[in-house]
Amino acid sequence: MASATYLLGLADDALIYAQRLGEWMTNAPQIEEDMALGNIALDLLGQARALYPHVGELDGTGRGEDDFAMLRYEREFRNVHLVEQERGDFAQEMARLLWFSAYQVELHRSLSGATDEVVRGVGQKAVKEVRYHLDHAQQWVVRLGDGTDESHRRMQAALDWVAPYVDELFDDDPVSVAAVREGSVGVHSPASLRPAVQHVVELTVSQATLTMPDPPAWRSRGGRDGIHSRPMGYLLAELQHIARSHPGATW
Amino acid sequence: MSEGSTRISDGSPTPTTPAERSWPLWEVFVRGKRGLSHVHVGSLHAPDAEMALRNGRDVYTRRQEGVSLWVVRADDITASSPDEKDSFFDPAADKIYRHPTFYDVPDDVEYL
Repeated sequence: MASATYLLGLADDALIYAQRLGEWMTNAPQIEEDMALGNIALDLLGQARALYPHVGELDGTGRGEDDFAMLRYEREFRNVHLVEQERGDFAQEMARLLWFSAYQVELHRSLSGATDEVVRGVGQKAVKEVRYHLDHAQQWVVRLGDGTDESHRRMQAALDWVAPYVDELFDDDPVSVAAVREGSVGVHSPASLRPAVQHVVELTVSQATLTMPDPPAWRSRGGRDGIHSRPMGYLLAELQHIARSHPGATW
Repeated sequence: MSEGSTRISDGSPTPTTPAERSWPLWEVFVRGKRGLSHVHVGSLHAPDAEMALRNGRDVYTRRQEGVSLWVVRADDITASSPDEKDSFFDPAADKIYRHPTFYDVPDDVEYL
């Protein structure tokens, strides 16, 4: 069933980015920013937790959230490369968050109209959360871009860094097209979300006195098919090692 | 600044650590769902008022503590000094006639 596979990709995006954002705890510029990024990570984790059991229902395996998050191997994860990239400097994180949250605003707005009750519920709850994530990213991109020479330079470099990973978010792969055709997960394919997302990002970038990067010379691909980049294995090792070392442990 | 009053913080002009170099201190006030007035809940660092509001939201309202937020630069608060405590507050201590306690309230008076 394409819908289950499609939703698994969305859940994996949320889980893997939650894990990356969690790395900012104790590493952000101020404790206040630790809290902000921690809150955003927890919102994303909540999205993943709501979707995983539903995927397990739809695909008939009955798998639960821990089965999906803790007991799958790298090739079984369907997240885009954007979210698995290693934590860079703070500007890089804000560039990534800007794109990802702008994308998620449109995504969850679309899911809010799904006929699948669980999917609709996730979309309606998440759309408020991700609007705040977007606001947070915008506030920082503008401040850094329109700040000092050094912050401007690094914010521009961050936009350039993130550019090759953007296209993958909006790929109309066979699974997402089939899922949209099945009709229960909203009517918008990934590619159809792009114009609105692009508009939001361009507005922010221009407000920040930055420029949109030239089309990158290469682009990431393969995440939705389980083909990941080098950092993914290390991320999963850190995410999963406790669950795998103590199978079935609870507290 | 008059000698008797004291600032809540020495804020950004006199940095103490590198982390505080450019982020001044803000005092945060939250109005709860059924609260009538904003109540001081703590302080935080932020580069400007807009970010202070957002940081306040993230630090002090993540468990649904409130429906409205105020932030005020700590530097902008003039506070009474502990040294003045005696002259400021002690004179009120022996003026119990300022409390409306010297008459009996009849049992059948409601809403008092």
